[in-house]
Amino acid sequence: MEDPSNPTTGNQCTGAEIVIRCLQEENVKFVFGYPGGAVLNIYDAIFNQTHFKHVLVRHEQAAVHAADAYARATGEVGVALVTSGPGATNAVTGIATAYMDSIPLVVLSGQVPAPSIGMDAFQEVDMVGITRPCVKHNFLVKDIKDLAATIKKAFYIAGTGRPGPVVVDIPKDITAQFHAFSYPETVEMRSYNPILKGHSGQIKKALRLMLDAKRPMLYTGGGIILGDASEQLVKLTRRLGFPITNTLMGLGGYPATDRQFVGMLGMHGTLEANMAMQDCDVLIAIGARFDDRVIGNPDHFFSKSRTIIHIDVDPSSISKRVKVDVPIVGHVQSVLGEMNDLLDGEFKAAADKKPEEAAIQAWWTQIEAWRSKKCLSYDRNSDIIKPQYVLEKLWEVTKGDAFITSDVGQHQMWAAQYYKFDKPRRWINSGGLGTMGVGLPYAMGVQLAYPDAQVACVTGEASIQMCIQELSTCKQFHLPVKVVTLNNRYMGMVRQWQEFFYGNRYSESYMDALPDFVKLAEAYGHVGMRIEKPSDVEPALKEAFGPKLKERMVFMDFLTDQKENVFPMVPNGKGLSEMILAEEL
Amino acid sequence: MKHIISLLMENEAGALSRVAGLFSARAYNIESLTVAPTEDPTLSRMTIVTSGSDEVIEQIIKQLNKLVDVVKVLDLNDGRYIERELMLVKVKATGPFREEMKRMCDIFRGRIIDVADGSYTIELTGTGSKLDAFLEALDKTAILETVRTGASGIGRGDRILKI
Ligand SMILES: Cc1cc2nc3c(=O)[nH]c(=O)nc-3n(C[C@H](O)[C@H](O)[C@H](O)COP(=O)(O)OP(=O)(O)OC[C@H]3O[C@@H](n4cnc5c(N)ncnc54)[C@H](O)[C@@H]3O)c2cc1C
Ligand SMILES: Cc1ncc(C[n+]2csc(CCOP(=O)(O)OP(=O)(O)O)c2C)c(N)n1
Ligand SMILES: [Mg+2]
Repeated sequence: MEDPSNPTTGNQCTGAEIVIRCLQEENVKFVFGYPGGAVLNIYDAIFNQTHFKHVLVRHEQAAVHAADAYARATGEVGVALVTSGPGATNAVTGIATAYMDSIPLVVLSGQVPAPSIGMDAFQEVDMVGITRPCVKHNFLVKDIKDLAATIKKAFYIAGTGRPGPVVVDIPKDITAQFHAFSYPETVEMRSYNPILKGHSGQIKKALRLMLDAKRPMLYTGGGIILGDASEQLVKLTRRLGFPITNTLMGLGGYPATDRQFVGMLGMHGTLEANMAMQDCDVLIAIGARFDDRVIGNPDHFFSKSRTIIHIDVDPSSISKRVKVDVPIVGHVQSVLGEMNDLLDGEFKAAADKKPEEAAIQAWWTQIEAWRSKKCLSYDRNSDIIKPQYVLEKLWEVTKGDAFITSDVGQHQMWAAQYYKFDKPRRWINSGGLGTMGVGLPYAMGVQLAYPDAQVACVTGEASIQMCIQELSTCKQFHLPVKVVTLNNRYMGMVRQWQEFFYGNRYSESYMDALPDFVKLAEAYGHVGMRIEKPSDVEPALKEAFGPKLKERMVFMDFLTDQKENVFPMVPNGKGLSEMILAEEL
Repeated sequence: MKHIISLLMENEAGALSRVAGLFSARAYNIESLTVAPTEDPTLSRMTIVTSGSDEVIEQIIKQLNKLVDVVKVLDLNDGRYIERELMLVKVKATGPFREEMKRMCDIFRGRIIDVADGSYTIELTGTGSKLDAFLEALDKTAILETVRTGASGIGRGDRILKI
């Protein structure tokens, strides 16, 4: 808002300059974007500024994905900038992807000049209308006086509560008008006040149930990552001594190499995680939303009774698919912090000596029995490269410390199962929307955030082709991403379903006429490698991650077993304990 | 079960479509929806008549609360409330219908607000079920046109939805 008494607001700026200064105030370091008519004024203002780096992608979808990955890796709000019409619609897949995984983003889109809105003007689309169902909120700026305050609100809404993408649609004429710049310091919204602190009575009730449990189970998800509560979670889990599983989105929230970790759960979860989830008597769900890929057939899940405690910042995540007994609405950091304090205070005696200690020991014995079945074993003597082997080696070569982005398909599941994430924000993938094509732009966003880190994109030969044009962006910005393509010449995940549920009719799931990825990588100015033998896997990875190629992008094309399937698998409509295991086929 | 949900939201362009979009995107029932600005012109008040199991209604309330433009939501069915709807009905008023329509209108405490050679227009307020009952009581062939506003609701006594 303009405040004439404020001496710093005397300076008149164009709307475009106001946009730039808002981004500067928000401490934005990267803007991922693509120019066009409606945003030319903004691009002109970008030309003269040095506060943030503009990363020119090759497709607007990649701009949003890269901004999304930047947010996933850093916890900051990611920023993308696109033009009106086709630029805006190209961004929609990226926005929906971020929305489904609750990623904080601000997407600035150009719009036709305000007087032309509704006239079917050149490159006009109703961006606010198109994105309404896949954003946390969106705005159309109708007056330059509101521009700065709207952008402030957008960042605030995107990053607080349950995070999510916010679109700010800015008509071109507004970016040319003049107004004094003044950035509000705080945001007050009577209609938006996320709850942070959990109800103390509920927290104590939950702790009492947890400490009395015979077969307790911790089930945590993306909320731990989004809420930066890994530290509190580790403390709580160690203090309680309970088994813990993570969802696909929650991996890295608890160290995967720790003994209490029983692996991922769900459709492709481990035997021990799914059995424990089904058989536990007290389930503590934290920042996880009982997704259909996680609990399998809900009726089967309910056929066993258990007490459910659910901690989530979004009330609508609670009792949506699964009725819970003790709901706690609050930020994970605050709620877990309070729980840890209580376990050191009021509940110390009960935590030190749990009434059901013997039962919990028996529970662990059961879990170890499930674990001893080694549900993730695979044929290690094959002379065809097994995809699982590539991932195990990737983990070894990168010492388990890389950022791994992934596309969508079998390779994604294998990465989740075999790369043991010990830290949060290291596993960057699209879980909720399952968007093929995210892998490479995700790797760009991460590598820009952490230029010295090892960043690998685990992908399939089908997925990588959905954003392959970004190899050019990687060249321009010298991003030494390592692409690990598990090339099975199939849309493997589709093929797997066709094998299991459609009588081996592989309808349109073969990736014919594949390019020579080595030559393709070289054409873009990168290093290409084709790896065909198991014995070449480790040397290739060592070379790619070695000092000689440290500065280079390397595209590794691993020719893997065409018929390998992802196990365990809970078939659609089946219960969690009704997994198909590898040896059963 | 039928529920009447009242809500206050920012009186901003697009707020209505967020609510309408939520109901269609999540496949919630919507029987009627009325909206108008309140005495505070920055706020609009909406009444939504919907139906669903308790779980669905709980989700509807939570999802409405989650919309950034929505300031406050109240499920009127959680307490005592009053519901009113306005209906205008144009009926045939020829021959024997002319007397009959006047009589029915009086019985239901309606008002004839427009008179023409062959028709009356009747105004009737009440709960949705009263309006339904009126239409059922009329000879179907006499009904020329109907228009209903959808229900508005308000809590009884000191149950107040305000910010
Ligand atoms: C091919 C494929 C296969 C898949 N198979 C599996 C599988 O086998 N297993 C599996 O788990 N998933 C699988 N998924 C992913 C699945 O679709 C879901 O995306 C995922 O399970 C959701 O994870 P989540 O429950 O952790 O929720 P998220 O989507 O990560 O949601 C986070 C939750 O935390 C809450 N939250 C956010 N911030 C906070 C905070 N600060 N404090 C408190 N709460 C907060 C949010 O409100 C939300 O409820 C698969 C996806 C694909 C594409
Ligand atoms: C944009 C998009 N289109 C289609 C799908 C459906 N789908 C899921 S996995 C998959 C195959 C992926 O093949 P590939 O990238 O080769 O990975 P693989 O499963 O072989 O490891 C498809 C088509 C999707 N998730 N996203
Ligand atoms: Mg493939």
